[in-house]
Formats: sequence, C-alpha cells, structure tokens
Amino acid sequence: MAVLLCAAVVAGCSNDLDGAEVPGGGAPAKRAYGDTLIEALLADVSGLIPNILSDSPSYEVGGLIYNGLVGFDRDLNLVGELAESWSFSTDCLDLTFTLRPNATWHDGRPFTADDVLFTYETMVHPKTPTSNRESFKVIERVDVVGPRTVHIRYSKPYAKALQSWGLSVLPRHVLEPYVRDGKLREAPQNWKDPVGTGPYRFAERRAGEKIVLVANRAYFAGPPYISRVVYRIIPSQPTIFLELKAKGVDAGRLNALQYARQTNYPAFEKAYRKYRHAGGGYTYLGFNLKDPRFADRRVRQAIAHAIDKRELIDGVLFGLGRDATGPYKPGTWAHNPNVKTYPHDLARARALLSEAGWKEKNAEGLLVKDGKPFTFELMTNQGNEERRKVAEIVQASLRDLGIGVEIRIIEWASFIKEYVKKRRFEAIVLGWGIGPDPDQYEIWHSSKTGPDDLNHISYANPEVDDRLEKGRSACVPAERVKHYHRLQEILAEDQPVVFLYFGDALPVVSSRVHGIVPGPNGIRYNFPEWYVPAALHRYTSG
Amino acid sequence: MLLYALRRLLLAVPLLIGITFISFLVIHLAPGDPTEFQQADPSTESSAQARQLLRELYELDKPLHVQYWNWLTRIVRLDFGRSFAPDARPVIDKIGEALQITLILNLIELLIIVSFAVPIGVLSATRQYSLFDKVTTVFVFVGFATPDFWLALLLMMLFGVQLGWLPISQLHSANWEYLSFWKRYLDLASHLVLPVVVATFGGLAGLSRYMRQSMLEVVRQDYIQVARAKGLAENVVVHKHALRNALLPIVTILALSLPGLIGGSVIVEQIFAIPGMGRLMVQAVFARDYPVIMGNLVIVATLTLAANLIADIVYGLVDPRIRLAGRRRT
Repeated sequence: MAVLLCAAVVAGCSNDLDGAEVPGGGAPAKRAYGDTLIEALLADVSGLIPNILSDSPSYEVGGLIYNGLVGFDRDLNLVGELAESWSFSTDCLDLTFTLRPNATWHDGRPFTADDVLFTYETMVHPKTPTSNRESFKVIERVDVVGPRTVHIRYSKPYAKALQSWGLSVLPRHVLEPYVRDGKLREAPQNWKDPVGTGPYRFAERRAGEKIVLVANRAYFAGPPYISRVVYRIIPSQPTIFLELKAKGVDAGRLNALQYARQTNYPAFEKAYRKYRHAGGGYTYLGFNLKDPRFADRRVRQAIAHAIDKRELIDGVLFGLGRDATGPYKPGTWAHNPNVKTYPHDLARARALLSEAGWKEKNAEGLLVKDGKPFTFELMTNQGNEERRKVAEIVQASLRDLGIGVEIRIIEWASFIKEYVKKRRFEAIVLGWGIGPDPDQYEIWHSSKTGPDDLNHISYANPEVDDRLEKGRSACVPAERVKHYHRLQEILAEDQPVVFLYFGDALPVVSSRVHGIVPGPNGIRYNFPEWYVPAALHRYTSG
Repeated sequence: MLLYALRRLLLAVPLLIGITFISFLVIHLAPGDPTEFQQADPSTESSAQARQLLRELYELDKPLHVQYWNWLTRIVRLDFGRSFAPDARPVIDKIGEALQITLILNLIELLIIVSFAVPIGVLSATRQYSLFDKVTTVFVFVGFATPDFWLALLLMMLFGVQLGWLPISQLHSANWEYLSFWKRYLDLASHLVLPVVVATFGGLAGLSRYMRQSMLEVVRQDYIQVARAKGLAENVVVHKHALRNALLPIVTILALSLPGLIGGSVIVEQIFAIPGMGRLMVQAVFARDYPVIMGNLVIVATLTLAANLIADIVYGLVDPRIRLAGRRRT
C-alpha cells in the first residue's frame, strides 16, 4: 500500500513526515503513570482488524492495539517491535526474524512465531478481502524455525520486504476459524474486544461516538504512561476546533487557517502545543497526456512557469506548506533537492508556448492554434476547499498567458469513477498521499494506465519505467536512492503533472502532555512514551 | 371501518414492493459500487482481487433482478442482512443504535414544537395584527431562515466555549461510565439542550403558521359567532369551540410527520457529532452500502404508509362527517 488516493478530508490520509518545528519543551518533568488523553477522530474506525481495512482512523487506533514485527522510528528508520532482530541473506531472498521472548496477547496467551505464520496465511488466503496482499504474494514460503524464529523466503528480491512486516500481527488462537471461512470481516474482534499485543488494549466503544483504550500493563516494552485513551468521534472540523477551545478534547489537528490565524491567543497557546511537520501528501495539477495540447512538454513547462507556487502556498495554506519539486517529501532519503525548477516567469512561459505553436491571440485574448483557442476544463472534487482555491489561482494565472480555464467541481465518487478512471478530463487538481517507501510504480509506470490503474494521466516514459522497476527490486538502499534521484530529474524535466506543494500536517496536543518529540515521522510514533507529570493530571481514572 | 382498514392494509403490500423495487433500481444506478470505496489503493492486482471477492460475497456479480429477488426473500423474513461496510455488522443493529438516538431527539423536539407552536398560533390568530402577532411572526420567520449549522456554531461558541455552561458535542461526556445513575441523565440532558434548540428553532415556524391560519379560518365561522352571541366567555369560545376544530389539520400534519421521526437531520447530527439516522444514512449512501440504505428505506416506507392509514382512520374518528360519508358509500 505505497500510495493512497487522497479524498476530501484534510487530514484523511497523511502520514506524517519531516522537518518539525517544536516549541521548546523546557526542563523535562518527572514521568508519571496515569491520566486520560481525549483525542478527536474525524470518522469512526471502519473496523478493528487493520489488515483488512484502509481508512486512517482504523490505522491510528489499530496502531495502539497491535504491533508489527517492525515499525518506524522518529526518523523513519525501521526498528524492531515484535521482532528483536532480523537478518537478510546476501541475495536478499531470505529474511530471518528473531522474536521478542516476552510478548503476550491481550488475553494472556504468549505470542509466538506461529502467529507470524498465521498473519502471513491470513494475508494470502484467497478469501481475505484485503488490498495489502501485494507484499505477501512475492513470498515463496514462511517457515517457523522455532517458537522465536521465523524464516521467510522471497521468490525475487523485494525492496519493501522488511517494511511490509510493519503490518499488524494477528493472533491465531482467536481469529483462525474466521480466516478459514473467509469471514474475517464478520469476526466479533473486528467490532469489539480485538486481541493484539500492543501498548493499549480495547476497553469499550459506542458506535459512531467513542472508542476507549486502556494501558496494557503487560506490554513487552513496559507499560505506557497514559492510562486511558478516549477517541471521540466528531465528524465536523469546526466542532473539533470548538471542542479544543473548550478543552473537551486534548488532541486534534488544525487546518491552516486555524493554525495561522485563530489559535494565537494566550489561553490557547497555554493550553496546547501546536506542531508542524510536512504532511504525507502533495497536491498537483495533472494533465491528460492523451490530449495533443498537453502531450507537448513545452506547454506543460510553460504552465509550470506561469504558476507562482509561493503565492499558491500563501493563498491556500497561509504559507503552511512546502514547495513540491517532485513526488517525494523534502527531507526524506529518497528526495532529490537538485532537480529542474520552474520559477514564476511569464516571459519564459510565453516563449515556450510560442515554440509549441501557440503564437496568435484572438479577440478575447486567448491563444489560438489552427483556428482553435486554447481553453480547457479543470476538474476537481467537491468538498475540498483547498483544491478549489488552487483551481481558481491556476485559472487566474493562466488567463495572463492567454489560456482559458473553466473550473468544474464534481462529487468525489462520480469524479473518480466517471471522469478520472475513464480518462474523461483535460486537466485535474488532485493529491497523492505517499507512504514511507519511495516506490511509485503504480503512479508513473506506463503499464499502469488501465481503467482501474493509477496512472490517470497516461504518462509513458521508458526511462521512468526502467528506474521504477529497478528501484522496487533493488535491495541495497544506496542503489535505490540512485534510481529514485534520477526518476525525479526526469519527472521535473517532463512535468507530466505540475507538482504544486506538500501541505503541512498541523497536530495540536494539550500542553500537559510531555514526551512528544516531533520528527520526520510526525509525533505519534512514540505514543506509549507520552506522559503527563503527576501534578498536571486532569482525569483520575486508573 | 375495519373492512376499510383491512383493504388499505392489503393495498399497501404491492405499494411497498413497488417502492422498494424502484429504490433498489435507483440506488444501484448511482455510479460506483461499494467495493470501490473500501480500497486504499485501487490499482494493484490484489485490490482488484479483493474487489472481485467482495463483489461475489455481496452478490453484486449477479443480474439486478436476481439481487432484488434475493433481497426481497430475505426481507420478508425480516432479515435485513449485513452491512457492506468493512465492519460487516447486521444492518438491524446499525439501524437500531442510530434509531434510538434519533427517536429520543425527535420526540423531544416534536413535543417542544407542538407545545410552543400551538399556543403561539392561537395567540397570534386571536390577536391578529397585534404586537404579539407581529413579533412572533418575525421571530418564527427568522428561525425558519436561519441556517442550522450557523446557529449551531454560534450557540456552541457562546454556551460551550465562552460561558462554558453546556457541552459542545455528542450525547455523553467522555467519563459517562463513571457517573452515578442520576448524573448520567443530567449529563445526557445537558448534551441534548443545544441540538434540540437548534432543531426546534427552525421547525417552530411551520407548525405555528399552520396553527395560526387554521385558527383564523375557524374564528370566522358562523358557529363561533353564535357562541359569542350566546354570551359565552371569550375563553370558552376560543378554547372549547374554536381550538378543537382548528386542531384538525394539525393532527393530519402531525400524523404525516411520523415517518420523519426516524429521519435524522444530517446537519445537526454532523455538527453535534451525534450518531443518529441522518449520519448513518448519508454514510451509507456515500459508501453505497446498499443493505443499510434499503433497510432504512423499508422502515421509512412502511412508516409512511402506516402514517397515511392512521391519518385517514383518525380523520374518521375526530370528524363525524367523514365517518358518515364513508358509511353511506359502502
């Protein structure tokens, strides 16, 4: 699951990264157990077994209940969770995990290598409705060598092998019958009382209203400090904001306007700490490359020159975003900072357009070629203010060049199904969410242009194909970097889409919570180590 | 009368089937199918596989009339099926949970609307063009014209944030389980205040205007003139003679609003984070969760038909003229 399509919700699919700005924490207070943290969730979880789900609330809650064999640390390095250590064979085909000796399931049963095998069996079972199967289909077999040792044999070198074991490990003794019958969705543990190994165990939930987790005192890495986590499901961003102001929730996310303009008064700044780090997705202006006008690279470059990204980021996000030069987050290992950029330059844009044959203007001031004026329809989905504003700014910028843009906003489902998938668009404003791995085969490879594929813009470049293929099968990180850096150079030159910006993720947490150390991986990666000093406890639950 | 009710009941069956059939067709015509909204990454081979698996599981690969027939044969056994959402819960559980909440909210709301709208209507009719009439007219129309979400946010800001008197959203405090028995009810009541106020504010206008209109018509009737001429006290004329007759149309309106009781207001539920019927239904529509949509439609359609029947029967009971006319015809 390297890539997700970012729908309307602002924080819907971000996956926090990079370059945090932290207000100084002061002298560290004494760690203490106890207190309750109340968090706002924009939507109810769709279930409690993340392996068969794909929404971000399920992953957030599931992340506290389950463990993977590995996880990401602050700087997005892979570190052991249920695995104590691991080793690769030199040909990258054999991966051996040594598991922790002291991990137990929430029902008290010990966690063993057999559960890892079961998780693998679940993921490849033909009746398991999961879209995360890809990473497990390249596995030739999984062998339980001993209660604490698992050996995995890959059929070909696979760059994401280790990372794919970040997936929640499931208990065989609880879920096996449901997997066997292909009824994992209907398993009661998908609704209530899930059994994991994680730092928090399920306490209760009320549909659409809240989910309560309590600290797992037997957690293998030591019990978490905060004893209770209450997720309140509040599907309206303005309501979450008011709840924050009234201290009805302790943690949530702000939007750019709230961060920049509405939370700068002393009471708010005393009660909360605001964080800012590059979010997990970028917004782009995409072209249908089957359209002869956009098939010409010079036209795309001209449009890139015509858009003032700084103005865009200031206008749409109050400056709370980062210039995107390609599909990778600035500051991550795959990102190449030395690629061609397109500064705001109308003269250059005009020159490129006239090279491409767009020289004359008609009475309305529109560029004309072969008797046809240059106008196109720019589509985006309904319910996303940000994208609407982007479309409007693009419209105004291109008007200066003599290109007419008509904006059309369509409901998400029909937009994707009727227009994007069927390639019935001229240009779109959309976003891509990106995971921690740089593999973007699905988005840019020329074989991925079918109706259900993600190369919506019909981009085809043999060298890009080659780099993508090599990048996902190389097993040495240094070699992958080479391929992905080259990939970005080509994409920057080609401008198959105009990469606009990475919006920042803007989480906010009550200032009584200590131990938050923001990093490229956002703030939540070390949640079990968050604590509230005894003097600041607000809730007295045990 | 009994025969009449029975006949109506029998006629309702094909009507209900027709309603469900058309609804079934229409919701399946909407672009997209449920399996498409559940995959993070709609491109990979495995997600295509997962979609196919779900399509088979949900019988979406079968022709529409087969799907409808299967659904119909289940529904007559009162089997609403399981939701297509990833939690795969029984539809009846999902609707049950949401219905409870919506019913409580709507009943309170209805009670308040009726108990305010009737006196307001009567007073503005009996004192037509008085200051009271004018003020209430302005007030109810302001209420009618105020967008729910805007009023909700203003009230939340005032009572929730500035004054801190009332909770802002949801129906229970986060520590509800730890409260004593009576505190729980107090907690629930305090959470209900704002959503109920917002919901009633708009609803008040309609009913009070109907009441006023109906009352105005009645007080012009000859028998009211007669009652006054007899020297009856104004109080008795208004409340005993006029009001009773003026209430007739109101009864109809109330009976017809019965199915509305189970439909939640999406805006109010969304903004106050209340997991009621409105939210359930909207989510189901967005996710193309056919069993939940259909389950809800069946309940609403049944209630609408029942309400029509009840309204007709109640007419007969409260208005002797209709009853007699009916008897003569049969």
